[in-house]
Amino acid sequence: MDATDALVEVLKDEGPRVLATLARTIGDLAVAEDALSEATITALDAWPRTGIPDNPRAWLTVVARRKALDQLRRESARTAKETAAFRWGTEPAPDQIEDAIEAMEPESSLRDDMLRLIFTCCHPALGREARVALSLRTLARLEVPAIARAFLVPEATMAKRLVRARAKIATARVPYAVPSDTELPGRLAAVLAVVYLIATEAHAPTGGDAVTRVDLEAEAIRLARLLAGLMPDETEALSLLALLLLTSARTRARTDADGNPVTLADQDRTRWNRTAIDEGLAWLSEAVARSGGVAGPYQIQAHLAAAHSTALSWQDTDWDRIVGLYDLLGSITVSPVVALNRAVAVTERDGPEAGLSALKSIDGLEYSHLWHAALADSLRRLGRTSDAAGELHTAVTLAPSEVEQRLLQGRLQAIRSELG
Amino acid sequence: MALYVALCYYDRDKYWTSSPEAEHSPEYMEFARRATEAGVMRGGEALHPVTMSTTITVSGGEGGDVLLVDGPYAEAKEVLGGYFLLETADLDEAIAWAVQIPAAWQGKIELRPIAPVHA
Repeated sequence: MDATDALVEVLKDEGPRVLATLARTIGDLAVAEDALSEATITALDAWPRTGIPDNPRAWLTVVARRKALDQLRRESARTAKETAAFRWGTEPAPDQIEDAIEAMEPESSLRDDMLRLIFTCCHPALGREARVALSLRTLARLEVPAIARAFLVPEATMAKRLVRARAKIATARVPYAVPSDTELPGRLAAVLAVVYLIATEAHAPTGGDAVTRVDLEAEAIRLARLLAGLMPDETEALSLLALLLLTSARTRARTDADGNPVTLADQDRTRWNRTAIDEGLAWLSEAVARSGGVAGPYQIQAHLAAAHSTALSWQDTDWDRIVGLYDLLGSITVSPVVALNRAVAVTERDGPEAGLSALKSIDGLEYSHLWHAALADSLRRLGRTSDAAGELHTAVTLAPSEVEQRLLQGRLQAIRSELG
Repeated sequence: MALYVALCYYDRDKYWTSSPEAEHSPEYMEFARRATEAGVMRGGEALHPVTMSTTITVSGGEGGDVLLVDGPYAEAKEVLGGYFLLETADLDEAIAWAVQIPAAWQGKIELRPIAPVHA
């Protein structure tokens, strides 16, 4: 990590904290956002010369607050002369930082501010795309072009989406508040869903030729870490962090030397990131200890990821436990995708015959390449090679990304050569 | 404080001849009483069915030809049946009230902030 990377890391960690407090004290999220953006530019200019300040948050707070006040004055009816009298230099003087540290809110108040910011960005009155975009911009401090690239939309479209979302927050008065206890479960679920969506986009990119969008994966983990740190009693937040860490541990092994995807069954498990697995397992046991025996959907998914992460090989996997976990998951979230994954585990536990009938009993996946690929796998194992080839052919045509098309095409070629 | 209009929409087929609010059902009266007591209700009316509507267009600018059409403007599946004006601190509070309006389960409610008109 070079000096600029270090700067960016500090800005990404401290930025949302500065913004959260600023948004409350200024009372306007959009003004606070602009002010922090300007302060960030000032920091990127000054810090390489002066070094990262001892208290970067205080530094950013002083500069951003000044920029915000500047803007509010510009907007208010004050005369230009008055405004000029208030203008300071761009970098804070040491005594100003001292004052800011002294005036800084206690940690508990900062925590509330951060929660307010998070719940505002992920308010269900905002569209799903808007929530994801706002979270990446406001909470993960990603620049607009990077968010646009991540979701393969033109920069102008993404910028407009953000402007519209902020306008709705201001006009419809989406509150800058932590939801009440009765609303909290539903609202928290909406927040976690945003992070999960970002992670999903990272692991199954809807476009581009990367197997994993490592940049988005890192942002999803950063957000999950933030949530787990802010809400240590919310076990689903801890479980989500565990799940993302355990999944990210496999990222390196998901791609071969030629950039082609490698499925879990074929991955070189020595390439898995042990540190991430250990951290994921630790968060998971923390979640289990706090949840009092009631596992939510993220905890079950984390258990699934953990079962894979701790297996020595695909063959050595505890398929009975995995089928059981999918049964549990299927009982709280009805989803054909869960049923599909369960059927794959049934194939491994009970053999291809049982797997095939489990797959055939699922409705609603006629257009899923994964379903056809799973059918092909069971058929191939049953010796029905030509039926398997037919299913794989369908899977190739339905595959949503080039990466997956390549993977399935490779399998289809292998099976065709078996047919001779 | 912010002012919102809670627009009550109903399925067009069901609403064609009778409107729940037009009947001034006890459920609506009860909601209006509670919201008034809480100082949240700033107004509200029930609308007659869309079969009673007349849609007006003036073509060619102000003072132009007046075109009248029997019925509502949009051929939507859902029709507006009534509205409430709610004044609350923020959107969450407005939502908390809107979910108590029978239209929320009989049909749908669109909550829209009101842009104040400065004379």
